[in-house]
Amino acid sequence: MHWWLPLKGSTFAGEIDGLFLAILIITGIAFVIVELGLLWFVVKYRARPGRKAYYTHGSTRAEVIWTAIPAVTMVALGLISNHYWVKIKGRNSVPPNAYPIAIHAKQFEWQVTYPGPDGRLGTADDFEVRNQLHVPVGRPVVIHLTSEDVIHSFFVPVFRVKQDAVPGMNINVWFQATVPGTYELGCAELCGLGHYRMRAQVFVHTQEEFDAWMKQAAKGGATS
Amino acid sequence: MTTVAATSHVAHAHHDDRSFVRKYIFSTDHKIIGIQFLFVSLFFLLVGGLLAMQMRWQLAFPGKPMPGGGILPDTMAPGGVLLPEYYIQLVTMHGTFMVFFAIMPLLVGVYANFLIPLKIGAHDMAFPRINMASFWSALLAGLIMLAGFFVPDGAPRAGWTSYAPLSARPDLSGASYGQMLWCISLVFLGLSSILGSLNYITTIINNRAPGMTWFRMPLSVWALFITAILGLLALPVLSGAVIMLLFDQTIGTHFFDPVAGGQALLWQHLFWFFGHPEVYILILPAMGMVSDIIANGSRKPIFGYHSMVFAIVAIAFLGWIVWGHHMFMSGMNPTLGSSFMVSTLIIAVPSAIKTFNWMGTMWRGNLRFHVPMLNAVAFVAMFVIGGLSGIFMAATPVDMFIHDTAFIVAHLHYVLFGGSLFALFGAITYWYPKMFGKLMSERWGKVHFWLTFLFYNCTFFPMHILGMAGEMRRIYDPSQYTFLQPYQPMRVFITVSAYLLFATQLIFFVNFWWSLFKGKKAPQNPWEDNGLEWSLPAPAPHGNWETVPTVYRGPYEFSSPQVPEDYLPQYRKLPTDREPARAPVAGH
Repeated sequence: MHWWLPLKGSTFAGEIDGLFLAILIITGIAFVIVELGLLWFVVKYRARPGRKAYYTHGSTRAEVIWTAIPAVTMVALGLISNHYWVKIKGRNSVPPNAYPIAIHAKQFEWQVTYPGPDGRLGTADDFEVRNQLHVPVGRPVVIHLTSEDVIHSFFVPVFRVKQDAVPGMNINVWFQATVPGTYELGCAELCGLGHYRMRAQVFVHTQEEFDAWMKQAAKGGATS
Repeated sequence: MTTVAATSHVAHAHHDDRSFVRKYIFSTDHKIIGIQFLFVSLFFLLVGGLLAMQMRWQLAFPGKPMPGGGILPDTMAPGGVLLPEYYIQLVTMHGTFMVFFAIMPLLVGVYANFLIPLKIGAHDMAFPRINMASFWSALLAGLIMLAGFFVPDGAPRAGWTSYAPLSARPDLSGASYGQMLWCISLVFLGLSSILGSLNYITTIINNRAPGMTWFRMPLSVWALFITAILGLLALPVLSGAVIMLLFDQTIGTHFFDPVAGGQALLWQHLFWFFGHPEVYILILPAMGMVSDIIANGSRKPIFGYHSMVFAIVAIAFLGWIVWGHHMFMSGMNPTLGSSFMVSTLIIAVPSAIKTFNWMGTMWRGNLRFHVPMLNAVAFVAMFVIGGLSGIFMAATPVDMFIHDTAFIVAHLHYVLFGGSLFALFGAITYWYPKMFGKLMSERWGKVHFWLTFLFYNCTFFPMHILGMAGEMRRIYDPSQYTFLQPYQPMRVFITVSAYLLFATQLIFFVNFWWSLFKGKKAPQNPWEDNGLEWSLPAPAPHGNWETVPTVYRGPYEFSSPQVPEDYLPQYRKLPTDREPARAPVAGH
């Protein structure tokens, strides 16, 4: 059990975690000001006999200050966030050389279609593996995400990537894995009674490993 | 018309010869209707809590028989072990009951009804019979929803948000009648809210006492007024959407199912177009009542009254243009995500104004820590956490990670429990003497407050950590995932805290009922407050005043140098006060 975000397993995981930390610092400052302020007032201004409260209806100056500071902070935060948002999820964000994989979600499994040795989807050498996502490290991967029945959500915590799979839509989502290893992919949208067990394994291979796996899997030796 | 109705109410105030049934069951008295809403929604709050307790058992001890679970039928928990299909029914019904049948009617049904006429100096609501219809419609809706547990296939299973196509297709959800009852129930609930809102808006516009100008209204009334406008505009959208969903389930339409040309995301747009204003329906009245209580407890005028009003209006307005922030990961065009992110972040500004103005009110006050004040200060302290954690998910890139995780569960409970429910514990204690003529026990109120505050934080704060680990919401058994297994001790800690939190509510329950029969008799103005309601005996008669009081000043004139006492009621005439021009459309 650790008390922070999980391993950073993709190129944008660091950026997302950085933004998380920045927001934690900003909100942390606000949190400390408000809670300590409340505590201080509660102790200092507790009722004592014979004292009367200070009669005032407010202060325009104070109110302008505590309106302006949050306003400026929020607009700045919005602009910074939007920079990363466009870069990670924008319509044109998918790198042109991304390796294509199709994932078809259905109650309660992930059907992963690989492009085969030719590296292109929609050709004869495509093959499908259930509940196993194999990707090469250090290369952008684009997932063409569809759903058979209800809304599911493709969620790989170490990649910091989440995207709903919506029936009737074909949605592209990309990431670039940075650390070889075995991870988990889960469904993040309530999709029925088997929602909790709609999980798959994610294998991040080195390029050589990936090529070897691909060769073997294409011949039908994949564990499916 | 209004004059005739008002006159007949005045006559009632003299000699109340109505039968028991007309007086307490089919009553048109706004105060009785408020109390009816109170009893019914406290019951549903208990139901929602019991459902949560069962979920917590499964999360802490997956696969182990739940104590007392043996009484559940085999379709829910054979041998006391919860089934996954029962777990998602619990998820769905906990959210549905808490949002629609506990928090919303507690805030709006109870306090809009009870407070608006008393605080603006009206004999009753503008349409007392419509008001009665609003209550009975809400009760019917709640009973229909509850019936879901007793039909074949059990309760609905698609979450309180009922995302289609899961909710639209019994073959995919496994719930048939329950899912339909969910829709039918919400049509009646929508009707109830629309009727209520219409009444509150009309009453506030037309029936204010002489001298009760807009900017002399207490912030609770302002908040309830703006909430009513939100309700009137939002609920019809929900009603339309659930009727379409019902058609999808029953007569073969495909509004939300793509297999025959429908759009899955259409449901989400319609639901959240209602749902986000709904979120503010669940917090604005709490903010209003907390403002009243904090000014009273601080013995000071509210800091920046006008900006408090404008902040309420701003939050409500912005509430209409942020619904897409629930859909950042839904496949909606990411460019729309950008604009929804900005509008969402801007809501932090009016929220900050309100928080700092509450602190400004306490600054250099003479703070009295009666039970309502303790709860109101806790509201501010906890609402801040919920508000600040909202910024994480408003930032779209961070939302990519924390969306639909336990982090969101923590956030929404900090707003709805830490916010709304603390405000409600305060409000119930504060206006209890006006409702029943008795005071609730101060000592047990304090015990309840401190234990609730402690166990509440122990229950919900760790959920932020679970969310940061990536734990998804609505998961029947998180230990299925290797990366979530190490967090089991934290889940057990949360569950134990949740049980203690639930047990603590027993203190409130006993205090509530004991005080009703054995409580100390309340003086007319127990909190030394300025509101018009305290000019009446407690409990107040049907029709409230024989002649409505005249209002000479704003509601927060505490510690005014004009009088030796530290409060100056709105209805007290000082030699320097001039008689107001009569309120233009009052008609009393």
